Amino acid sequence: MKKMKKFSGVAATVMAAAMVLSTTALADETFKIGGIGPTTGAASVYGTAVMNAAQIAVDEINEAGGVNGYQLEFNAQDDEHDAEKAVNAYNTLKDWGMQVLLGTVTSTPCIAVEAEAVNDNMFLLTPSGTAVDCISGENAFRVCFADPSQGTESAKYIGEHALAEKVAVIYDSSDVYSSGIYAAFQAEAANQPFEIVASEAFTADSKTDFSVQLQKAKDAGADLVYMPFYYNEAALVLKQAADMDFAPLWFGVDGMDGILSLEGFDTSLAEGVMLLTPFSASAEDEKTQNFVTKYQDLYGEVPNQFGADAYDGIYIIKQALEQAEATPDMEYSEICDLLKTAMQEITFDGITGTGITWGADGEPIKAPIAVVIKDGAYEFMD
Amino acid sequence: MKNKKLKSNLITYGIVLAAFVIVEIMMATGNITSLLKGLLVPLCVYVVLAISLNLVVGISGELSLGHAGFMCVGAFAGAFFSKCMQDVLTVSGVRLFCAILVGAAVAAVFGVLIGIPVLRLKGDYLAIVTLAFGEIIKNIINAFYIGKDSNGFHMTMKDQFSLGMEADGVVILNGPQGITGTPKDATFAAGIILILVTLFIVLNLIDSRDGRAIQSIRDNRIAAESIGIGITKYKLMAFTVSAALAGAAGALYAHNLSTLVAKKFDYNQSIMILVFVVLGGIGNIRGSIIAAVVLTALPELLRGLSDYRMLIYSIILIVIMLFNWAPKALEWRERYLGRFFKKSAEEGE
Amino acid sequence: MSFLSYMINGISLGSVYAIIALGYTMVYGIAKMLNFAHGDVIMVGGYAALMMMMNAGAHPLLAVLVAIVVCTVLGVTIEKIAYRPLRNASSPLAVLITAIGVSYFLQNIVLLIFGSSPKSFQSVVTIPDLKLAGGALMITGETIVTILSCIVIMIALTTFVNKTKAGQAMLAVSEDKGAAQLMGINVNGTIALTFAIGSGLAAIAGVLLCSSYPSLSPYTGSMPGIKAFVAAVFGGIGSIPGAMIGGILLGVIEILGKAYISAQLADAIVFGVLIVVLLVKPTGLLGKQVQEKV
Repeated sequence: MKKMKKFSGVAATVMAAAMVLSTTALADETFKIGGIGPTTGAASVYGTAVMNAAQIAVDEINEAGGVNGYQLEFNAQDDEHDAEKAVNAYNTLKDWGMQVLLGTVTSTPCIAVEAEAVNDNMFLLTPSGTAVDCISGENAFRVCFADPSQGTESAKYIGEHALAEKVAVIYDSSDVYSSGIYAAFQAEAANQPFEIVASEAFTADSKTDFSVQLQKAKDAGADLVYMPFYYNEAALVLKQAADMDFAPLWFGVDGMDGILSLEGFDTSLAEGVMLLTPFSASAEDEKTQNFVTKYQDLYGEVPNQFGADAYDGIYIIKQALEQAEATPDMEYSEICDLLKTAMQEITFDGITGTGITWGADGEPIKAPIAVVIKDGAYEFMD
Repeated sequence: MKNKKLKSNLITYGIVLAAFVIVEIMMATGNITSLLKGLLVPLCVYVVLAISLNLVVGISGELSLGHAGFMCVGAFAGAFFSKCMQDVLTVSGVRLFCAILVGAAVAAVFGVLIGIPVLRLKGDYLAIVTLAFGEIIKNIINAFYIGKDSNGFHMTMKDQFSLGMEADGVVILNGPQGITGTPKDATFAAGIILILVTLFIVLNLIDSRDGRAIQSIRDNRIAAESIGIGITKYKLMAFTVSAALAGAAGALYAHNLSTLVAKKFDYNQSIMILVFVVLGGIGNIRGSIIAAVVLTALPELLRGLSDYRMLIYSIILIVIMLFNWAPKALEWRERYLGRFFKKSAEEGE
Repeated sequence: MSFLSYMINGISLGSVYAIIALGYTMVYGIAKMLNFAHGDVIMVGGYAALMMMMNAGAHPLLAVLVAIVVCTVLGVTIEKIAYRPLRNASSPLAVLITAIGVSYFLQNIVLLIFGSSPKSFQSVVTIPDLKLAGGALMITGETIVTILSCIVIMIALTTFVNKTKAGQAMLAVSEDKGAAQLMGINVNGTIALTFAIGSGLAAIAGVLLCSSYPSLSPYTGSMPGIKAFVAAVFGGIGSIPGAMIGGILLGVIEILGKAYISAQLADAIVFGVLIVVLLVKPTGLLGKQVQEKV
């Protein structure tokens, strides 16, 4: 036992030395963009998609001559979907010399990192952190819709198109994203001509069996089920509903995107599912096709909306940097001040929407796109 | 014997103080990375957690897998306190001090409430029940919504609209989204003070009459009982002190991040703290400190390995465990590295 | 009617817990260690079967066999490299921590090999669903197969442990390793055999888990693993019928808790019931009470 102490003592000294000595080299010739997201752990599928897609965008931009004549450098750090690790990742990136942050990917870590970024005056653009508090500071902007706007838009869409009279909601009460959307949906539903007949929760620890929630929705006579959660759980819900002969209309949110490319998933189960998503991998415009093809070539799978948000995120940063006429020799705080103004001046056309603009609150102003799954592919609805 | 123990304890305090002084010098001269700076408070938190768990696992000899539950209670109680008192108590140091006291007190109450039934059990059954309590705490806090408006506090377990608040209401604890916007009051100095207080409490408890009673129960329960030592009382004492310290650590943790969610405090977190204790040496307080620091910093230092980071981390964990615990490895070390380790072995005993 | 259908759902969920718990209890009962990596061995079994079916186009039964072989080899290897050296360590906690290390290792290596995207698992079960009461009640084919497998495995294990020489050796080792060695029992071999059987069962559990809930990611095993561990304790660790009863009860409690009390608190309810059971019967439902001696 005592020997161990010596051993760990030696190890501790070596590590302390390593930490102190880790250098903060600053090359002035490139813009340094940091990325934070979970690339290990249960949420790694989202972080990986973001990092992969961001890298594609960075490579494209560099090939085309960079930003304001300077190359971009991208450094992705893992946060394991944990606020504390995300702050560590943020500090690591600061030591590396980060000037602009693309991240973080998930909401809870994003709130923690954003607090640090506000203090430092570091520009932050989250591709997919949907919670309202993710962008509370002036320096923070977002690519995707916020939770409340998704929930509100969904409720409006269902109401305006008279899709259903009795709606059931199944949501993940232990998840910030899902419960945030649910809260907004419920608030807006009061103004809409339909009635919420069942709102059933599940938690991260029991998200394999949905039979109870489905049974309750069925017993309540719901003719539409709203599913504000990710495609992985949605695939299970659809399968279990099919097993119990429950076939209402299904309505999802942007997290549902990706269900069609889920390996081994029987897409006939998703037939007729509607969802609000800013991105569709099957869209035929040139930009989307270019991105999807590249992503498939490099990583062997169809990109989901997380990847698309990140891909756009890098291009948004590019456009804002160009608008601000920033150069890499500026301090991050100086760049941040320039970008704050530039973000409100640009109009961005990307693969998650066209004509996107930003207000001072950092929220993107864009129209949601509703799609329905038909014959295993998205079809746009009006 | 007594002098040696005193000397060993002084060395432990010395290490903590030396670490503090070195880091302060580095900060003053600007020779510190952002990463290390950001890690300082979490390191203090994990050191306190490891020491406090060692009190239960090492000194009292009970395997607890629910330590994160107490940390969770303390963190939420402390953060809740600070959020409510933000306008009243404006001096951040005082607010943090009060929040830590609140966190410790609430966790101590939970320690007693959970300890009374749990400590009737033994061994792995005790372990699983502590794990169960930890998960229950996490689940319940995840389902709580508390808001405050001009009429006072509102509480529900349904959703934030069921709070039924006036227009001026603020949601403080928002279910799974937890508490956001806790003032960032935690400082390295506060963390070091908390470590020193923890050390003072734990080391004195170990060397006291009560501490010897606790250890006698660990070594032979029946013999201890037969000489009139009240098993439940002493076990409960160790368990409660440990819970209170974990609660204090949790409160410090909550004041370092602007967001606090209950999900963080699951059984994996409890197990992580247990790893610190076992790796540092069961019952070895100084070892717990070092192991907590090494294992918290290790994943950050491995960031250069990008995708392989956590894989390498797991391999290192397995290898260190084998190296430190396997009888064969110990024998081998004795033979080949004997001289190197001998000095410290003499020092320690 | 909805109560009946909740019961059926509870039993289907419970049968999955039960089949995982059988492997858990086997290893715990003999080797006296909490194998935290058991859930991850299940996940590896799922991936092995999936790869056979998707990439090699193998027949489901062949895929299950391959998964069993992969997991058996994996289990024995883990035991030999990571657990055996620590068997005589001064604290039983050492091996517990190593098991956690192994669990992280398996998750991360699978993450590196197969990526983080969840895979949708094709069910290996081909028998049709059973519809009762004019379609209002339904028992899926997966549930039927899982419950039947549970019963078969339970009977086979009980017979094996009580009737064969190797099984008797296991009992002897679990009772007293030193004495067993003195009686000429190969302790290392017996424990390795235990791990082989436990891991083989994990493969079957993995395939059935993924057939019932067709989603597979590197982290699929951990939560069911913990729940199955709870089930094993519930029924009395080390007791084979106890694991099955514990698993099914756990599933039923979870579903009924979700249905009638609160879905948010379903897990809290499950753990709460566990605590109450252990306080009333400190060694689980079917566990043996061991009297402590001076």
